[in-house]
Amino acid sequence: MERQSPLFRLFLHLAALLLAAIILAPLLWLFVMSISPAADLAAKPLRWWPETMDFSRYATLLSTVENSAGAAFMASLRNSLMVASMATVAAVSLAVPAGWAVSRTPSVGWSLSLVIATYMLPPVALAVPLYMALANFGLLNNVFGLALVYLTILAPFTTWLMKSGFDGIPREIEQAAVIDGASLWQTLRIITLPLALPVVATSALFAFLLGWDEFFYALLFTSDQRAKTLTVAIADLAGGRVSDYGLIATAGVLAALPPMLVGIVMQRALISGLTSGGVKG
Amino acid sequence: MSGTWITTRAWLLMLPLLIVMVAVIGWPLADTVHLSFTDAKLVGTSGSYVGFDNYVRLLSGNAFGRTLFTTTFFAVVVVTTEMLLGVLAALLLNQQFHGRTLLRALLILPWALPTVVNATLWRLIYNPEYGALNAALTQLGILSEYRSWLGEPGTALTALIVADCWKNFPLVALIALAALQAVPRDVVAASFVDGANAFSRFRFVTLPYLAGPLLVALVLRTIEAFKVFDIIWVMTRGGPANSTRTMSILVYQEAFSFQRAGSGASLALIVTLIITVLAVAYGTVVKKVAGSAA
Repeated sequence: MERQSPLFRLFLHLAALLLAAIILAPLLWLFVMSISPAADLAAKPLRWWPETMDFSRYATLLSTVENSAGAAFMASLRNSLMVASMATVAAVSLAVPAGWAVSRTPSVGWSLSLVIATYMLPPVALAVPLYMALANFGLLNNVFGLALVYLTILAPFTTWLMKSGFDGIPREIEQAAVIDGASLWQTLRIITLPLALPVVATSALFAFLLGWDEFFYALLFTSDQRAKTLTVAIADLAGGRVSDYGLIATAGVLAALPPMLVGIVMQRALISGLTSGGVKG
Repeated sequence: MSGTWITTRAWLLMLPLLIVMVAVIGWPLADTVHLSFTDAKLVGTSGSYVGFDNYVRLLSGNAFGRTLFTTTFFAVVVVTTEMLLGVLAALLLNQQFHGRTLLRALLILPWALPTVVNATLWRLIYNPEYGALNAALTQLGILSEYRSWLGEPGTALTALIVADCWKNFPLVALIALAALQAVPRDVVAASFVDGANAFSRFRFVTLPYLAGPLLVALVLRTIEAFKVFDIIWVMTRGGPANSTRTMSILVYQEAFSFQRAGSGASLALIVTLIITVLAVAYGTVVKKVAGSAA
């Protein structure tokens, strides 16, 4: 490789610092707002770091006292967890067999292309009939109904990830097992699925993050604590009459924490998942 | 095993997925097509057949043209900026320097931040009375008095674009970085020996490896930018004075705020058609590039 000149090295480090600052500044500010006393946030000139750190808003939101701001927040947290988990389990269960079938039998691949093409559909193109159908079945404002609707987003995506995952497992291994006398189900159970486990995990993570992030359908199809998800609760806070901006920021930090932890811990798997899609197309 | 059995087996394994997809996507889409030719309301009347009335009225009204322009402007600016910043960040991260691993890990954070939290965060930053942007610019002496960034038609869309780019350029950077790391070292070394300068190294050695993945990222980001709803809804709801109203917001208003399910459906299908045309056009280009690279 080329030896870096001192000037070039200085430039690289400055650029790296700038990039780090661009990424971190808004995130740090979100956290600072969440621990600053309300008076500091309304001060002019603005205080960039609180004199005393105030973590009380976290306690407020994470409390389960009835009819408090905390109760509403905790309910939406529980709803988000439930909807995202149920939709993830359902999507992965549909995606594993379908992904394997398409990977091993290219002649049915066009049907998966059709499923993936639905990614182009804006959710507004499905929203009205879904709304009417959910209303008919009494599934409006219901976590099961919402999880079902989330399959429109999660299922095509996970199937596509599973298919490229199975593509990476040589079919010769399966054929060898079959020649040795294993039935197809034995082969899949003993050979293929264990090998595909990392891909299953990555797909499930992606699906969960998509479900956790979803806003549009949740906004339309939920109306109170029985089903309202975290994203809707936060949008309500941001657009509502809350005068303490620190409380909004705290809710944001809490909602961002799980996906960010997943992102940092699972960095490698997520990046390979993102880029395998990007590279293979 | 015979070929027909293998094909049948494949269909059987796909059946659960296909049934669910027909139920939650296929049927609703067909129903949207049906609704688009009626004057149905969201609740109550199922409406009667009105032919192409909805389409004619929407396409000739002035909200449509203006909203399409806003959406296209948003998509073009956002995607172009994200591509440029993403590639620049990836080129930087492909160099050797201290803290490179840490910086690469940081890139995942804006991507992982939920869209609604991102929108809320920027809404607070742009706050006209207490926002950090006003405070910072005033304290630096750049701004003499606080401004309502999201409240003025002249700045609201730009403010949204900044917020969207901040969240999404890291994804482009991660994709571009993975592509850069796939460039074989000996090819780069050979170009040094041949005396290629930095620009021609980028143009003839690096870019061919970047083009494919970047095009795919471009297609995905364009489709997403064209569908944009969440960030706009949380930050401005399409205002002020409709200056940030995109197609998805317009459909939402038509179908759910005004409860006009029929014409909302027509509008949704027009949006779908535009996205499909875009995607097919892009798809043709991607195939060409993929073909010429092979």
